[in-house]
Amino acid sequence: MALLEVNDIHTYYGNIHALKGVSFEVDSGEIIALIGSNGAGKTTTLRTISGLMAPRDGRVLYDGEDISTARADTLVAKGISMVPEGRGVFAKLTVEENLDMGAYTRRDSGIKEDLKGAYELFPRLGERKKQVAGTLSGGEQQMLAIARALMAKPRLLLLDEPSMGLAPVLVDGVFDTVQRIANEGVTILLVEQNAHMALQIADRGYVLQSGEVAISDTAANLQQNETVQRTYLGID
Amino acid sequence: MNMLRAENSRSILTLGLLSGAFILFTGAVGMIAAFHEREVVDDVISLGQLLLLLAPFATGFVVSDRLRASGTGSLLIISSGVAVGLLTALPTVIMLLFNSDEYRFLLDLTLKLIPFVAATYYAWQQYRIGSDQRLIIGSWLAIVVLIGIVSFSFALIFEIKGDLRSVLPNISRDWVEVVTFDHPKELMTGIATLLLVSAGAGAAGSFMVLVPPIPRQALLYGLGVTLLVGAFGETVRLILQENVDRDTLKQIFRRDTLRQDPALMLFIVSTVAGFLWAMFGQQARQGFANLEPSRRRMVNGVGLLIFAGILLMLPWLIGRTLSDVAVTIGIFVLMGLGLNIAIGLAGLLDLGYVTNYAVGAYILAVLTSIGPLGRLDGVFTFWMVIPVALLAAMCAGFVFAVPVLRMRGDYLAIATLGFGEIIGKLAISDWLKPLIGGAQGVQAIPKPVFFGTELRNPEQLYYIVLVASLVTLFVSIRLNNSRTGRQWMAIREDEDVATAMGIDTARAKLLAFTLSAATGGVAGAIFAAKVGTVFPNSFTVFISINVLSLIIVGGIASNPGIVVGAVVLIGLPELLREFSDFRFLMYGALLVIMMIKRPQGFIPSKLVSHEIRAGVNAKAAAAAAN
Repeated sequence: MALLEVNDIHTYYGNIHALKGVSFEVDSGEIIALIGSNGAGKTTTLRTISGLMAPRDGRVLYDGEDISTARADTLVAKGISMVPEGRGVFAKLTVEENLDMGAYTRRDSGIKEDLKGAYELFPRLGERKKQVAGTLSGGEQQMLAIARALMAKPRLLLLDEPSMGLAPVLVDGVFDTVQRIANEGVTILLVEQNAHMALQIADRGYVLQSGEVAISDTAANLQQNETVQRTYLGID
Repeated sequence: MNMLRAENSRSILTLGLLSGAFILFTGAVGMIAAFHEREVVDDVISLGQLLLLLAPFATGFVVSDRLRASGTGSLLIISSGVAVGLLTALPTVIMLLFNSDEYRFLLDLTLKLIPFVAATYYAWQQYRIGSDQRLIIGSWLAIVVLIGIVSFSFALIFEIKGDLRSVLPNISRDWVEVVTFDHPKELMTGIATLLLVSAGAGAAGSFMVLVPPIPRQALLYGLGVTLLVGAFGETVRLILQENVDRDTLKQIFRRDTLRQDPALMLFIVSTVAGFLWAMFGQQARQGFANLEPSRRRMVNGVGLLIFAGILLMLPWLIGRTLSDVAVTIGIFVLMGLGLNIAIGLAGLLDLGYVTNYAVGAYILAVLTSIGPLGRLDGVFTFWMVIPVALLAAMCAGFVFAVPVLRMRGDYLAIATLGFGEIIGKLAISDWLKPLIGGAQGVQAIPKPVFFGTELRNPEQLYYIVLVASLVTLFVSIRLNNSRTGRQWMAIREDEDVATAMGIDTARAKLLAFTLSAATGGVAGAIFAAKVGTVFPNSFTVFISINVLSLIIVGGIASNPGIVVGAVVLIGLPELLREFSDFRFLMYGALLVIMMIKRPQGFIPSKLVSHEIRAGVNAKAAAAAAN
């Protein structure tokens, strides 16, 4: 059974029909990339899954449970963690306090241990534990946002445009990290405009076009697909 | 380098005229004449005259400081101070001439010339940039007609009425008396005196720049202390009255005014003290910083103990009248601490805080009154009702929070503002009249009784406020450092991200509103018991604005700041009766100045000042990048 099953969801912004029946599946342990141009509905899909928006029609099943109308904050405890677009670190808190906030829903004693784990995964953050997050560079803030999401011990990690606004050198680093997180057994749903990078680390991918799934295939096949190459990879 | 640079002469001109405009404005709204009622030092200077002197003094200081920074010589600095003083007096002098019978024609002339001068100036500007000729002539005519209509009609009004008071009611004989330093009859002597005094004050301000730092600090300290004691003579006398015998008091004060000799003594003593502090203060702080941590803690502890002692003894130290003021301040501290939970901690701008205050006051009034509306025959005592008032206010906070949970920022502020108004209207309505008395309010609220003693004096009520404030302070500090506080912090920063952390934002906001309402209810109940009656017109939007202002002025999310804010905004107008007419004018001015010069408040919280610094740095970085 798929860990996440999105079943024909329709989401609206007021009267605007943003998602016109999007369906896909994410199996446990996979990295899935949702690619598409601006306004194709990638972020809306993610917001619908994470509960920030409710679908008017269709269902979202997580681990067999219907979470279509569940509130966003309750999903964190269920194991779905989201790294929002534009990172959204708490600029006035230190790195460590930000990570603490990530573990907000947890009450177990493993938090200290996981903090250490986060610093191992992101040594830069370890060096800057006491630094205020607002003074970190863009790349470091993205690292912090991901590390913070991991502090909730998610089974499914939703990443919204992790490469946005980062220098190309840093983008490589971010995708490396995503790959390593996946290797530790966290399932990842990645929304990305940078289709090239996303398809390199993904297992499978879905191409969204005006609120619908236009193409779905394995990442390797998508990279060879002529339409994808022309439209999203910039290859003629 | 004994030449004035262009930008320096410009700053003399603009700042001088600006302080002149300030002086004229304060006169025209009646502040100077009102403040003249209060003598600072007996037969020497009044508060109104002090205002006339402080403006050129401060401006002279600022201008001269700039000049010195650009390496100007001492003589030029002093003369620039004189120039600033003369410029400061200039608008007032012109107004004096306009106001006199002999020179009224000047006003008439000016008013009739203004449209032509303005139109010609504009046309010349147009000509310089090479505009079309027809456009230049057309705009000249248009401006003459437009401004002419206004200024000619003013000229006509003045001619018919024969004086300025029809338009500027506060340009009165009193005002003339103050600004001419008691030469209202001999106009030229008066103007000369004003120019002389103002120039002197400007020069004194410049001179301060030339004095080496240590004596300067001492002098300013001495001057500041003396003038403050003089200005608050009534307050100081009331405090001394409690601790000094009558004859000594008579030697220091003539009624509420500081006598000359004690003022001089005070100046000398405080200057010497200021000198000692300027000389050795740095060393003392250094010495304190070098102490071992345990010793330092001890010193801090002793300081804290003294402070606690003063807080406990306060009513005995300051007497009845001032205790009454202290209770009022305390009620607002209580509300400030409460509202700060919503605004400072959770970032929810609540403009309807008066709701909770009203609920608390009316609950206490209706439940304890022994008048016609209290049908419970005094079964309930103050102490029994306080928890009820608290709970009722919490319920009100909860009920009003539910519909606005989904709103953010400005929308939330507007909605809460509406709720505050609804409460005011309900209180005065006929519908609730049988219950809470409508416009007549509720009377005969008994004072709290504490183990058989009736707490009827402000000295006694003070302790109730003190205890309530301390409890609120404790709770709010604990909350801020708790998981709940973190939750609020996250919501304040970014609601969506807070949700992504797994925070139930709706619940957290409800909690913030509800807890914040609680102290408002207690404050209202204490207020009702203090006054003994409750009227609907005590519960206007101004309560909400007062509480919000004191938080902003003191420092958002800063507990000591809230206390300071309450003392400044609530206490000072009570102490300086002359202020209270201009209360909202001063509030407005203070808020604008604070927002420009010190947006983090008097005593900022660490988090907020960091935020503002970060904003400034980001702006500077962006400017550098461009």
